Amino acid sequence: MIEQALLKVEDLAVHYGDYVACEQINFELFPGEVLGVVGESGSGKTSLLKALSTQLTPDAGRVEYFSDIKGLLDLYELPESQRRQLTRSEWGVVHQSPRDGLRLNVSAGANIGERLMENGERNYGSIRQQAETWLENVEIDIDRIDDMPTTFSGGMQQRLQIARNLVTHPKLIFMDEPTGGLDVSVQARLLDLLKKLVSQYNLSVIIVTHDLAVARLLAHRLMVMQRGRVVETGLTDQVLDDPQHPYTQLLVSSVLQP
Amino acid sequence: MSDPDYNFAYLDEQTKRMIRRSLLKAVAIPGYQVPFGSREMPMPYGWGTGGIQLTASLIGLDDTLKVIDQGSDDTTNAVSIRKFFRRTTGVATTEKTTEATLIQTRHRIPETPLQKGQILIYQVPIPDPLSFLEPRETEARKMHALSEYGIMHTKLYEDIAHYGAILHTYDYPVMVNDRYVMRPSPIPKFDNPKMDNMHALQVFGAGREKRIYAVPPYTKVKSLDFEDHPFEVQRWENSCALCGADNTFLDEIVVDDHGERLFACADSDYCQTRQAEQGGQR
Ligand SMILES: [Zn+2]
Repeated sequence: MIEQALLKVEDLAVHYGDYVACEQINFELFPGEVLGVVGESGSGKTSLLKALSTQLTPDAGRVEYFSDIKGLLDLYELPESQRRQLTRSEWGVVHQSPRDGLRLNVSAGANIGERLMENGERNYGSIRQQAETWLENVEIDIDRIDDMPTTFSGGMQQRLQIARNLVTHPKLIFMDEPTGGLDVSVQARLLDLLKKLVSQYNLSVIIVTHDLAVARLLAHRLMVMQRGRVVETGLTDQVLDDPQHPYTQLLVSSVLQP
Repeated sequence: MSDPDYNFAYLDEQTKRMIRRSLLKAVAIPGYQVPFGSREMPMPYGWGTGGIQLTASLIGLDDTLKVIDQGSDDTTNAVSIRKFFRRTTGVATTEKTTEATLIQTRHRIPETPLQKGQILIYQVPIPDPLSFLEPRETEARKMHALSEYGIMHTKLYEDIAHYGAILHTYDYPVMVNDRYVMRPSPIPKFDNPKMDNMHALQVFGAGREKRIYAVPPYTKVKSLDFEDHPFEVQRWENSCALCGADNTFLDEIVVDDHGERLFACADSDYCQTRQAEQGGQR
C-alpha cells in the first residue's frame, strides 16, 4: 500500500518583481513527518514557508493537501474562505516573533480559545477548560490563564503560540525559526516539548531554521536551500553527517565546528 | 413653509439620490456597511451628521418627523435637529412615537413598539464592530466578507474571564440575518431585543466614517453571547416614579438640591403618554 502524502508541492516559485525568492520546489510530506528546511538567510526558505502556509500567494506551481475531512485539495484553487478555514482548523503556524503569532492585547486563555471560537465553539466553560488543558500541555501554570502574554517570558510566549495552534488538533504545523532569539537553555526546553508534542499528536511539521542543531534534533528529513533552489535533500543524519553538495558541506562545517 | 434659501432638506437632489442608492444597497444586504460620499453638514460630526444625511434623503412633504436624544425629545441636540428640518423642509414634527413616520435617534429605541411603515434612523459614531479588534482595515473587510467573527467572541470571553460577566452595556454587538455582525450604535443593550424582527425599517448613518447600513423590517437580529452566558438586558429594582412602568429603561434623575433622586423612564413620550392615560396628573 502506498501511503497518501499529506502535502505535495510541485514546481513552486515565489518572485518579488525580478528577484526570485525560490523556484522549482518539489517535495512531498507524509503524515507524522518533520521536514527541516535549512539554509542561510536569503536562501528563500522563509518565502517558501509563507507560500506553503498561504501567507503569500506563489507565482507558479501547485500545493496539494490531503484533508481527512475534505479529501485532496489544490490549495490555491480553493476559494479563499475555504483556504482560511483550513488554515485555522487543520493547520497551524508558529511564528518566530510572538508579535506575529499571538494577540498581545488579550489574555493567554483568549489566545488559546480564539481558534475554537473561530470554529464555532460557543460554550464559555468548554473553551475555558480546553485552554487550561492546553496550558498544561505546554507546561504553563494554569494560574496564568487570565494573564496577558506580554507578561510572559520569551519561552512561554512561544509555548503559548504552540498551544494556540494545537488546540484544534491540526495535522500540519509550519514553524519559522521557533527557537530564534531564545537563550540556549530555553531553546532546549522548547525543543524537547516540540519533540514530545509531535510524536504524541502525530503532527506533520515543516520547520524552517538556520540552526542545524535544531534541525538535527527535530527533523526526520532535511531540505537544503541555496539562492532559492533546493540543492540537497535526504534523511537528517545522512545530510548532516555525509553532505554531498558543496554548499551543504560548507554549511555543516561552518556551524558544527566548535 | 421651508426656508427658500435652502434646497428641500438642505442637501441637493443629486446628493440625496446618491445616498438613497447606498441605502437601497444597505437594505438589500442587511447589516453590511455600505460606503457613501458623506457630505459636510452645517453642524459638527458629534451631532450625528450621518443620521441627519439619511433623514434628509428620506424625508418628504407627507412625513412627520420625531427626533430623540437618549430617549428625550427636548435635549439641545434633538431640538436643534428638529428645528433644522422644520426650517429646511417645513414638514410636521411630533414628539409622539405613534404619529411619526421618521424617527431620528441618538442612543435609544422608543419604548412604544414601532409599526410597519415607520423608519428608525440611528446616528452612528463608530460603524465597524471589528475596528478595535482588527486594526488592519483590509483584513477587517475580509473578515466581514467571509463571516469570520470568532474574534468578536474573544472580546466577550475576556469580559467573562476578567469580570465574571459580559461588560458591554451599550453598543452591544449583534448578528444580523445570520450573516453580518453589526454595531447597533450606542443604544443600551436593553434596546437590543427591540431590533429583532422589528416591524419598522432601521437605517444607520455614520457621517465621519462615511458608512450606511440597515436592518429591513422583520429581520433576525441576535445579540452575541455564549450558551452558558446568555445575553441579558439591564433590569432595575425600581419602577418608573412618574408612570409606574416596570419594563422600561430608567434614568436616575436628581430632583432637588438635597440630592434626592428618583428613577423615571428615559423615553419621555412613552412616560408622558402613560401618565396622561392614568388621569393626567402632570
Ligand atoms: Zn415612566
